[in-house]
Formats: sequence, C-alpha cells, structure tokens
Amino acid sequence: MTAIIDYRAGNLTSVRNAFAALGAEAVVTRDPAAIASADRVVFPGVGAARSAMDNLSELGLVNAVKSAAMSGRPFLGICLGMQILFDHSDEDGGVDTLGVLRGRVMRFPRVPGFKVPAIGWNDVGGREYYFVHSYYAELVPETAGVAEYAGVRFTAMVKKGRLWACQFHPEKSGRVGLELLEEWLKLDNDGCAKC
Amino acid sequence: MLTKRVIPCLDVRNGRVTKGVKFKNNVDLGDPVEMAVGYSEGGADELVFYDITASAEGRPIDIGMVEAVARAVRIPFAVGGGISSLADMERVILAGAEKISVNSLAVRNPQIIAEGARAFGRQCVVLGMDPVRSGKTPSGYEITTRGYRDFTGMDAVEWARRAADLGTGEIVVNSVDADGTREGFELEITRLVAEAVDVPVVASGGAGRPEHFVTVFREARADAAIVAGMIHSGEFTIASIKDAMRDAGVPVRMSW
Repeated sequence: MTAIIDYRAGNLTSVRNAFAALGAEAVVTRDPAAIASADRVVFPGVGAARSAMDNLSELGLVNAVKSAAMSGRPFLGICLGMQILFDHSDEDGGVDTLGVLRGRVMRFPRVPGFKVPAIGWNDVGGREYYFVHSYYAELVPETAGVAEYAGVRFTAMVKKGRLWACQFHPEKSGRVGLELLEEWLKLDNDGCAKC
Repeated sequence: MLTKRVIPCLDVRNGRVTKGVKFKNNVDLGDPVEMAVGYSEGGADELVFYDITASAEGRPIDIGMVEAVARAVRIPFAVGGGISSLADMERVILAGAEKISVNSLAVRNPQIIAEGARAFGRQCVVLGMDPVRSGKTPSGYEITTRGYRDFTGMDAVEWARRAADLGTGEIVVNSVDADGTREGFELEITRLVAEAVDVPVVASGGAGRPEHFVTVFREARADAAIVAGMIHSGEFTIASIKDAMRDAGVPVRMSW
C-alpha cells in the first residue's frame, strides 16, 4: 500500500488520480502510524516552505516524514515535497527544512525574459516534465536529473537508494510522468539491501 | 528552457463544450471529458475550461465535471467562470484542477487574488482579463467584464501590474477585439502585459492558423497561447501548430 502524506500542502487529488490510473492502491493520510507502516510513501507539496514546515509540526508529522524518507522504503518527494527534504530554503526569509538531504533551495534570479514562477514543460535528460516553481534546489551529489532555467542548472530529480524526489510533477506530466511513477512503483520495498 | 505552451480552451455550457463568437451563436462541439482526453493525447500542454454560462446565470461551477476531467487527463488544467469566493476556489482545487481563473470576480474584489494566493499558492491563481481597445485609458486598452458586457474604465496594463503585485501566478490576456476572428492574436496588448509583469502571460483570442502561434511567441513575448475554434472545427490539430512552432525555432514540447 502506498501512503500519500496529507499535510495541508496543496491538492492531492492529482497524485491520487495518477496512482489510480496505474492501478496502484494509494491512501491519503496524515496518520503517523499509517505512514510508518506503508510499503511506499509519497510526499507531495505545493505552496511555500514555511507554511509546509509549520503544518508538518502542527500535525506531528516531522519525524514520520523523516523516518519514512530515511527508512530505505520507496519514498517519493514531489515539488515542494522535494525542496523541503533539503537542509534549508531561502523562501520566506529563510527556513530550516527537514535535512534529509544536504543542500540549499534558492530563488530563481531575475533575468529579463524569464518569468517566475517558472510554469511549464522543461527537459530533463531528453524527457519533458511539467514544472511549477519559483525556487530550485542546487545541484548535489544525489542529483539524478538536471534542468535549466533563467541561466541556472538545478536539481530536477534526486535519487538516493529508494528515496526519489522530483521538482516537477510526474502526476501532471502526461505519459512520461506516468512512466516515472510506474518505475518508482517497481522499486523493491524489502528494506535497503539493494540501495 | 521551458517550452512555449499550447493550451486548448473549452467553453462549457450545460455540460457540453460550445463555441461562439463573442459569446453569441454557440454551437455544440462535444463532451468536455472526451475532448479533454483527445486534446491531451493530441499534444496539449495544458487545458483550460470556462464555465461560460456560470457567471451570467449566477450558477456555481460544475464540480462533477472538474472531477471527471481530473480523473481522465494527466496534464494540468485550469477552471474559470462561476467562481465567486475562496470556498469556490477550494472546491475546484480539491476536485483536481491545478489552477483557478478569476476575471470579473477579481475586478469586483481584487483582494480575492491575494487571498487565493495565500491559501493555495500563487501558481494556483490565474487572472483572466478581457481588454478591449479604448481611447479612455493610458495603455489604449480597457478592461471589460461579464463576457464583454461591462466596461470598467480600468487600464489593462495597470490592472495586470496590480494583479501580479497582489499575487496572481499567471495572466491570461484575452483580447476582445481579436476573439473569434481567427485573424491572429492581438500582439500589442499581449506584449504590453508581458513586458509589464514578471509572471507568465498567456495570449488568448484570435488564433486561426498555426503561424499565429509562431508570431505571438516571437513578437509578443507570450509564454503560452490559447487555441479554440481552429482545432475544435477539426481544421487544424495541435500537432500542426507545434510543427509550425518547431520549424520556426520556437521551443515546444514535441513528444507526448
């Protein structure tokens, strides 16, 4: 069973619909016990880093998310759910985030002709995915996919064993997005032996 | 590099997609969910639905249709029309839409933009505007509302700046003069708005041939453009628009 973490950070309907389209059983939950016992965990997110962190604290989910991300079980962060896995975000005047991954999240520079938020389809290793974001994660050793905007090369995807996270929205990236979710669903969930 | 987006627009009346010129002579075009799936599979980068009769009739948005579209397509879509409160916005988002488009509502109550952006993130709040050429405002374009029925005296470029400051994540510039003509987008107002704000600008109204997209992306700095009648009629496909863009060197998503 796949748990989709609900921490009042945006619309989870699209994520649930995408898993349903793949025939995967997924539940939307904010129960730490359900997250701890799920085979797979999806950590979505839309909105701002500070309110996301505040919501996680209020709902008592900070440890549940960190434990799941570091458990070796398949874990998938999406958009803001990727950004706040890093140590720090410059958003909202600077916010310390979950620190599951080392790295910093920054705002796109002001460059004429490059609108922010960056909204639309961008290339990641020859495939195009749908992005919506004003902040980006710097390149880190775990970066597994790179995209470029406003003169910046940034982390579009990270992979650390079975911990995957993407800046783009696979649930809204058409066929290529579904293919990525399908690949993630095929990851073993038998501990971390093959990490 | 982000690609330039091609966005089919579906005007929905009583659960059916319709097309009319300047809100008149509406013709039934089909089922919204079937058409959404068809366009999604045909290369649409996004979709937008306007519940065109909702505001005139004071009827709320058709949530069942939003849910059905969200289940059926895997690309982003926006919904506009019939939204009169933050609660309406929330219902549409929870039903599975990525974005809500506000138009007349934002003119009446600009703070709804800030409230929506705070509640759902600015990427969820799209400002739709219907500017018409006018001698009465500094930019030469005046905002109309309620399906071009009312003139507001508001300057289109000033309104765009204000909406961006309030927190809109995107602005759709739907030219009243070009709408339904199929003679090409209105380049001047599109470019004026695109140059005035930092958020993405979507050109709307007037698309009739694939070359019109090349022109609006190259000359008016649009980030996306709306297509309706020329593909609804079956005369052109999204692929033919995208082929023209690619051939002209406009960045475009070619595999789907």
